Amino acid sequence: MKRSVGHLNAVRYSAYLFLAPALSAIALFFVVPVLAALVMSFTDFDIYALADFDMLRFVGLRNYAELIDNPLFWKALSNTFYFVLVGGPLSVVVSLGAALLVNARLARFKSLFRTVYFLPVVTTLVAVAVMWRYFYHPRFGLLNYMLSFVGVDPIDWLGDPGWAMPAIIILAIWKNFGYNMLIFVAGLQNIPDQLYEAARIDGAGFIQTFREITLPMLAPTTVFIVVITMIGYFQLFAEPYVMTQGGPLYSTFSIVMLMYDQGFRWWDMGYAAAVAFVLFFLILLGTIVQLRIQRAAMT
Amino acid sequence: MTRALTIAAAALCALSAWVGQIGCGREEKTVLSFWVLGSEGDKVRSMVEEFERTHPGISVALQQIPWTAAHEKLLTAYAGDATPDLCHLGNTWISEFVLLRALEPLDDRLSRSDAIDRGDFFPGVLASNMIDSAIYGVPWYVDTRVLFYRSDLLAQVGYPNGPKSWDDVMTVCRVLKSDRYNIRYPFFFPTNEWVPAVILGVQYGSALLRDEQTYGDFRGPAFRRGFDALISFYQKGYTPVGMTEVLNRYHAFAEGYYAMYITGPWNIGEFQQRLPAEMQDRWMTAPLPTADSLYPGPSLALGASLVLFRSSAHKEEAWELMEFLSTKEHQLEFYKATGNLPSRISAWEDKALVSNAYVGAFRRQLERVVPLPQVPEWEQIAMKLQYQLELAAAGELSVDETLVSVDEAVDRILEKRRWVKEQAREP
Repeated sequence: MKRSVGHLNAVRYSAYLFLAPALSAIALFFVVPVLAALVMSFTDFDIYALADFDMLRFVGLRNYAELIDNPLFWKALSNTFYFVLVGGPLSVVVSLGAALLVNARLARFKSLFRTVYFLPVVTTLVAVAVMWRYFYHPRFGLLNYMLSFVGVDPIDWLGDPGWAMPAIIILAIWKNFGYNMLIFVAGLQNIPDQLYEAARIDGAGFIQTFREITLPMLAPTTVFIVVITMIGYFQLFAEPYVMTQGGPLYSTFSIVMLMYDQGFRWWDMGYAAAVAFVLFFLILLGTIVQLRIQRAAMT
Repeated sequence: MTRALTIAAAALCALSAWVGQIGCGREEKTVLSFWVLGSEGDKVRSMVEEFERTHPGISVALQQIPWTAAHEKLLTAYAGDATPDLCHLGNTWISEFVLLRALEPLDDRLSRSDAIDRGDFFPGVLASNMIDSAIYGVPWYVDTRVLFYRSDLLAQVGYPNGPKSWDDVMTVCRVLKSDRYNIRYPFFFPTNEWVPAVILGVQYGSALLRDEQTYGDFRGPAFRRGFDALISFYQKGYTPVGMTEVLNRYHAFAEGYYAMYITGPWNIGEFQQRLPAEMQDRWMTAPLPTADSLYPGPSLALGASLVLFRSSAHKEEAWELMEFLSTKEHQLEFYKATGNLPSRISAWEDKALVSNAYVGAFRRQLERVVPLPQVPEWEQIAMKLQYQLELAAAGELSVDETLVSVDEAVDRILEKRRWVKEQAREP
């Protein structure tokens, strides 16, 4: 078989031709804005520059330097990491637990439970927030009422700087675990029954089966879920925005909230763009680390 | 992402403006687009309809915009060249839109006007609409802060008409906090409100910013004394440190959880509506206590104005609507519909206002109000102050540390302003 170079080139060109609409859309709506934002992050684009473009200064890395100097940035960063590192794993564990439960052989009304657990995902956060504010109410809230039965003193969930983030984490997990649960259920259903059968014949118990069969077979699903959850959790915004507005004492103030405040409240677009790129690199770094660790663990 | 959003928002604005114009083309009327912020948008509708009846050539496209989204929306509209003809604007935002050269100066129109007499506005409120001695807004309604207090409790300790000085306030707090009255927090200073801190600073003579408003002056002696006075309330346990101890301020006020609170005119209606019936003759309003010998002490000139956009193609018609809404009769009608206090002094002689006992304190207070610094960065500065106030109230920072770091942050915020001023000086 011998094909001419010209023929290959023709194939290549027609491939590019077919790709062109998609590529140009990506260039227009993704590459261009991202590059524009990158350039903007090296300027002090603000309300003065909006008024008169001559007032725009190219400031190099000053936005980034000021960001590092800004105590609120470090506060937001540590809050975000708190949320990702505590909320992320908890959320994955809860989703997996729920997936095991609704997928269990003995469970009845499986589709009902699946729907019920998925409901928080499709409800509006703003509506949910109203309910959760009552739930967390320090004097009349249901949560404190239930805790009082086990002798726990009332906790000021949203008002105490120490408890506000745990309260946000609980809300976020409740709101989001259903989505990951469904993916886990799909993953569980892909595990061939013969493996469990063989394990049972070999006399493996529940814990052994779970460790030796379920977890390894779920590994690709888990990698996907962990990465997606981490990326989502780094972008913490809506939950504190509707529940606490970042308070009390900025204890639930996140990186995205900082970006929103700087960009849309103060119109300090250059600074906000710098925050966006810092967040982008954090997420990129987190994803690479995750994938490395999991690849190492699998081999 | 942010860029894409801006473009999308601008496109939407342009589209809606275009749709609006199709509507007007058919009827051959001048269409004024008028943006009103908050629930006032609903309340002003009947007046706007009356305006349309009496001005057959003009139709008004009234758009209601929630306060929380208004700032973004107005800036986006400016960036996308889609500003309305006239708009309702909080007077702390005026300097920002003047900076953008988005607003039309109104001095000539005001001096020519038969309907509006500029001498009929409270001077402090009018000053809050002036940037570099030009007027950019017609005050629509006024807002200032006064003392709301439990008259039954304060009568028992000898101040039936409210304390006249901050020393009196301290005495009242000490007595109310004692076992005999056992009021948990005599004075309520919420840590998420910067207004009381600014009022106290102003009362001790601080201008808040220095050097043509290009540097913060919060560590200066005047603001420091006011801030010391405020922090002493937290230190002595006269006011709650966290925000959550008073979850429902109306309920807490009725319970006697706190007895004094500095707040604005909207709370007259709220207190009347939300306090139980037996509480209604047990509270009153009074002008602010003073830090010097002149009573009342100064408060802030807040409120909202009507502004005319420079890009409007129908300035004369828009001005007619502004005049129409500024007449004494419509100011009173607006007061009855919203509870917003009229900006024209002559409207205050009406019995609707004279007969309301709670409004009198505002009338006296408005004689002594000062505007906030007219810099576009003000809101950002206020947020910084509020953040540091929370830390100082919780005892995490000393007064010195707090004010120094407020100044540092404010100086950084104002860096661009300094640079712009320098550019303007060099030809």
